[in-house]
Amino acid sequence: MSNEYAASQDDHGSRTAPLDGSELNQIERDEQALLSVDNLQTRFNTDAGVVQAVDGVTFEIQEGEILGLVGESGCGKSVTSRSVMSLVESPGEIHGGRIMFDGENLLEKSNAELRDIRGEDISMIFQEPMSALNPVFDVGWQIGEPLRIHQDLSNAASRKRAVELMRRVGIPSAEDRVDAFPHQFSGGMRQRAMIAMALACEPDLLIADEPTTSLDVTIEAQILEIIEELNERQNMAVMLITHDLGVVAEVCDRVAVMYAGRIVEYGDVVDVFKNPRHPYTKGLLDCVPDPREQQDTFTPIDGQVPDLSDPPEGCNFADRCPFASAECRETDPRLRAVDDDHYSACIWEDPA
Amino acid sequence: MSQQNYDSSFAATAVSRLNRWVELYGRLDRSAQISFLLVVGVVVTAIAAPLLAPYDPAHQDYAASLSPPSVDHPLGTDLTGRDILSRLIFGARASLAVGIVAVGMAIAIGVPLGSFAGYVGGWTDEVIMRMMDMIISIPALVLGLAIVGTLGAGLINVIGVVAIVYSPQYARLIRGSVLSEKEEDYVTAAENTGLHDSAILVKHILPNAVTPVLVQATYHVATAIILEASLSFLGLGVQPPTATWGVMIASGRQYLPAEWWISTFPGLAIMITVLAFNILGDGLRDEFDPRSVTQQEGGA
Repeated sequence: MSNEYAASQDDHGSRTAPLDGSELNQIERDEQALLSVDNLQTRFNTDAGVVQAVDGVTFEIQEGEILGLVGESGCGKSVTSRSVMSLVESPGEIHGGRIMFDGENLLEKSNAELRDIRGEDISMIFQEPMSALNPVFDVGWQIGEPLRIHQDLSNAASRKRAVELMRRVGIPSAEDRVDAFPHQFSGGMRQRAMIAMALACEPDLLIADEPTTSLDVTIEAQILEIIEELNERQNMAVMLITHDLGVVAEVCDRVAVMYAGRIVEYGDVVDVFKNPRHPYTKGLLDCVPDPREQQDTFTPIDGQVPDLSDPPEGCNFADRCPFASAECRETDPRLRAVDDDHYSACIWEDPA
Repeated sequence: MSQQNYDSSFAATAVSRLNRWVELYGRLDRSAQISFLLVVGVVVTAIAAPLLAPYDPAHQDYAASLSPPSVDHPLGTDLTGRDILSRLIFGARASLAVGIVAVGMAIAIGVPLGSFAGYVGGWTDEVIMRMMDMIISIPALVLGLAIVGTLGAGLINVIGVVAIVYSPQYARLIRGSVLSEKEEDYVTAAENTGLHDSAILVKHILPNAVTPVLVQATYHVATAIILEASLSFLGLGVQPPTATWGVMIASGRQYLPAEWWISTFPGLAIMITVLAFNILGDGLRDEFDPRSVTQQEGGA
């Protein structure tokens, strides 16, 4: 490793002045952004110690933008989304940062104000459409629920709107199926029903937490198509959480790559995928099979994700990074601009 | 949407609800179906007692004292010549009142406490459930004797005793199922639609968590009938001349060797009713148990 370091040091190219840990997330802020998350800190106080699940996450979503949030299981994607909804449950807590939505900090809002926002301005769909619908109520009743909560519609009126919403997300013979129960729906239909429910109040932001993970590829394509279409037609911003880089490339405008509770790379999708600056992003992209090539082996990223209750002193990725130097184990790099609308949390501007 | 449309869709929902219950009955096994009919029979008998009973249950006919079953008195008479059949029919009222009203009250006390404890958790949970443990730690009959002994005998007090004795079991039962249901994704989904916590508990979690309570209730109706009979047998339940099955057994016990019919028929009535409620409970449990549903689908 030390030889490799010595040999590769020159290849790292230019780098800015040494970073210290306090120099956080130098991202150009846009005051007009719909959602702007700034240095978000969410931790879980467990018996085994404090787990810093989200550590200084910073990103923004413009109106009508689709942001992809990618990363492996347990990297904090879902905790980030739950933090945005202010639905982190004990023993979890948000203990730092700002979540600006429509110019207001969600972390300073009361529970009643947050309930007014949930389902009305920000909606969410989940990974498991199988269990995200209540089994004892018919689908129409559930799709209409946000309307009854936020717009005081009657049962009959919400049911009528539910039929329209079901039609809009492509559920065939919606008039007949509005009275059906979740178990009478297939997985893809249930996810459509969930989307219809999330869309009921025409939210400004849809958080989709791995919406297609449990669906087969044909249905996945259909669901993504629906999300994209709604994004264009209603100018609805989407935060798409996934670990499928193909989905991100296809659907998203910008992408944020998460690793061990942090965003390690952030920027325009094409730019990030074509010219990844963070070694983790490079590693991820190396694991994507290329159908045009005869490939027998992949290049996995060696090692294990660090224990977030006892994170390493320097860079979280240093232990697994082929380019890690002694400096990497001492400094704690945070997002900084490496190109136009392209940010990386590596002390090297362009490793490799 | 016009008023007419609204009404018709409402009626359609009501019909489909009814259909669902008819379907449920059809899926029960044969013994549970028979039990259901028996339970309905007992309830109808209790409600229509004045129409069905051949005599006034309190009417004393000393000429016919202790007469064995005959055409005039199909189940015989007791010491003061009261018709056993008529008393049995009227006795169903007290037994069912205790069984159904008391268990209903136990549910009304236990379910809110238990579901609240389970949903909120933490200290609230500890305080409520430890209080429930205290009640559970006292044997039912002893607690019953203590309460009825203090407040006096009578139907209302017996109902109160049964309600208090059984409420902790409902609290525990519903708490357990609320704890598991609140981890379900549909609860998260409901939180994300901006629903208030209390509305999530009442509208989303309880309908899913309540099934074991319904099943348990059918067992408890049976044991409550026995508890009422026990208290009445000891003279602490319903007071004469009101007929209850427990009182009737008690009054006939000294004549058992010769005039067997006085105690035997109310005993049989208790046995059949309790058995019917139990088997119905078994059938409902099998029907609502998701594992048995999977088996049925797998086998078919």
